[in-house]
Amino acid sequence: MDLSGGDILIRCLKDEGVEFLFGYPGGAVLHIYDALYKQDDVKHILVRHEQAATHAADGYARATGKPGVVLVTSGPGATNAVTGIATAYMDSIPMVVITGQVATSSIGSDAFQEVDAVGITRPCVKHNFLVKDVNKIAETMKKAFRVATTGRPGPVVVDIPKDITDPAIKVPYEYPTAVAMRSYQPATAGDPELIKEAIALLLTAKQPMIYSGGGVVLGQASEELRTFVRQLAFPITSTLMGLGAYPYNDDLFIGMLGMHGSYESNMAMHDCDVLIAIGARFDDRVTGKIAEFCPDAKIIHIDIDPSSISKTITVDVPIVGNVANVLQEMNKLLASESKPDIKAWWKTINGWRSKDCMAYDRNSDQIKPQRAIEIVHEITKGDAYVTSDVGQHQMWAAQFYGFEKPNRWINSGGLGAMGFGLPAAMGVQLAYPDETVVCITGEGSIQMCIQELSTCLQYGLPIKIVALNNRYLGMVRQWQEFFYKERYSSSYMESLPDFVKLTESYGHVGIRIEKPEDLESELKRAFAMKDRLVFIDIVTDQKENVYPMIAAGMAHNEMHHSPHCELPQDPRRELA
Amino acid sequence: MRHIISILIENEAGALSRVAGLFSARAYNIESLTVGPTEDPTLSRITIVTTGSERIIDQIIKQVDKLIDVVAVNQLTSDLHIEREIVLVKVKASESQQREDLKHLAEVVNGRIIDVTTDTYIIELTESVVQIDSFIAALSEHEIIETVRSGVSGIARGGNVCTK
Ligand SMILES: Cc1ncc(C[n+]2csc(CCOP(=O)(O)OP(=O)(O)O)c2C)c(N)n1
Ligand SMILES: [Mg+2]
Repeated sequence: MDLSGGDILIRCLKDEGVEFLFGYPGGAVLHIYDALYKQDDVKHILVRHEQAATHAADGYARATGKPGVVLVTSGPGATNAVTGIATAYMDSIPMVVITGQVATSSIGSDAFQEVDAVGITRPCVKHNFLVKDVNKIAETMKKAFRVATTGRPGPVVVDIPKDITDPAIKVPYEYPTAVAMRSYQPATAGDPELIKEAIALLLTAKQPMIYSGGGVVLGQASEELRTFVRQLAFPITSTLMGLGAYPYNDDLFIGMLGMHGSYESNMAMHDCDVLIAIGARFDDRVTGKIAEFCPDAKIIHIDIDPSSISKTITVDVPIVGNVANVLQEMNKLLASESKPDIKAWWKTINGWRSKDCMAYDRNSDQIKPQRAIEIVHEITKGDAYVTSDVGQHQMWAAQFYGFEKPNRWINSGGLGAMGFGLPAAMGVQLAYPDETVVCITGEGSIQMCIQELSTCLQYGLPIKIVALNNRYLGMVRQWQEFFYKERYSSSYMESLPDFVKLTESYGHVGIRIEKPEDLESELKRAFAMKDRLVFIDIVTDQKENVYPMIAAGMAHNEMHHSPHCELPQDPRRELA
Repeated sequence: MRHIISILIENEAGALSRVAGLFSARAYNIESLTVGPTEDPTLSRITIVTTGSERIIDQIIKQVDKLIDVVAVNQLTSDLHIEREIVLVKVKASESQQREDLKHLAEVVNGRIIDVTTDTYIIELTESVVQIDSFIAALSEHEIIETVRSGVSGIARGGNVCTK
């Protein structure tokens, strides 16, 4: 039976196994919405802003490993989606975004709601397509899913002019099982010679470090990583994006690294003699000052993307390949080797570790944000899916929640997009209706996609929103305190809404916590409401800072420390 | 250092802008860029002359290779290769002495006068970039009205090909 372009598009999604389509209708996609109406295989989730559609699809993808799928209209629908597309691009998240376009005959005429979606999204997609023939829809969709999900994953935009989905034009439909693309052949296995070289180097190490990143989560290589680390008994640190791939509470794990990483991991990075980077891309928030990055180390780098290798830091042993495959090979080779004795190195590391670099004032009469996160961990037994927005709360969540499993920590690391947390949590909750999903946010960030509380009611998503309300764009305030002599330019959040009433007006439950003594009991009460969305507005210490901190462009051993820890005091006055 | 990057890319709408956009987004230099069809109608050849350190050239090649539509990227400078550019120069040629001088100059470099009016000549020269630069420098005594350069085309010598 012949089908229209709109029907074909939806059939493609069904045949691709898509459960949810996050979207928002408009003129250019009305034929597609009509096709959606006629079926119930693919469930459409109506968001309240296209940015949220992309973040929700992204959250779904990060939690499940399956591609997130989005449908938006032309013009403003497409431009609203751009932030979410860029977010997914920076963090290599598989996503297929279908944008409506004006009819083929109108393209280029500045038609109503026309934007060059392919042009606008080109720098922030893995690839994009403009479909100009109804007979090409199925093949293009197959290519889009293939490109989005293989190699280094990423978002793919498919721009479809309205006439291509015209219900009056019907053609035969068959979803291809495979598509040939001569120009796209992502690497899988690593070079065996380089793998051997890497093993040899690792076995000579006296002060080794394992630096693991988001690629391990994306590449579903957490098991392989655990075997690898335990065989060697080497210290392991993780990037913000990699948290959970290795359990935080294992003795070999020495904390996150980078700008707000632990003292011990940053010091160990600085002093190591062999570094193995696994699915990590030497981001500037991780490396600090390039010239002083791991100054004495030979570096091994495993990455699926050749362009990540020696981009900013020149490496000695580059291994291009799928992280899981490469680690499996390494694990096999390592099994028969005797491992180096690094007791002296562990002694040094344990010395650094003996000082609690994350210490904070536990006797304050104000609620400390760190404590709130610790309690959330306790209540959820460390087993929740935690999304976050961007700011201090994000760093505290990363430092204090403690992730034991991959795919549980979901945040916008690369782009740092405020507004990500709540819609991402929606995607996660839809994927896992019975799991606890927590959105850790700030009073600034939550207002960037607050309208999604309405979507949450419509689809019955019992997310727990933990808002660390410091009445400041806290991370901005922290930088202004440190580097701008406390000139708090536009970082105070005035005229905040009453979040409890606001949440109630959206049909959910709101709780406000103001006193440290109420923190635990009120959080427990909130999390006990299993089938309700609860917005927990926690009034926290306004002036709390995130420590340790390496100022942008400084070296790993140049950390600022909290006045509440035993480490050398915060040298901020020298910097100011 | 100057490098020539030879790119084989699917002949799709927007293919050129993917490459050009990549160069501007990542702040890579473009000294010249040419694009044209190949013996295979589904492929286009883009030739870019760029400058940068070894690290940057390495990144350029990797980033270009990462573009989904790119079938092959090669660096010509490291291998033996031939490069050519065409220049069309319109010069003032109204007096007979001037006309004689220009004719002579064109002959010396194997250029051709391809258009003649009472007071202008258009000279065509196909040469390497260095030769074209020096030819234009040699014209400095004359009045150049307009210069149009094609950008560089390059090809590997002998049996080597830039298709992988
Ligand atoms: C869309 C967007 N705009 C601006 C920023 C810059 N920015 C980074 S953190 C931050 C403050 C966030 O404030 P809040 O959500 O209250 O979190 P807090 O730092 O107070 O925990 C800002 C403005 C950003 N990351 N994203
Ligand atoms: Mg805040």
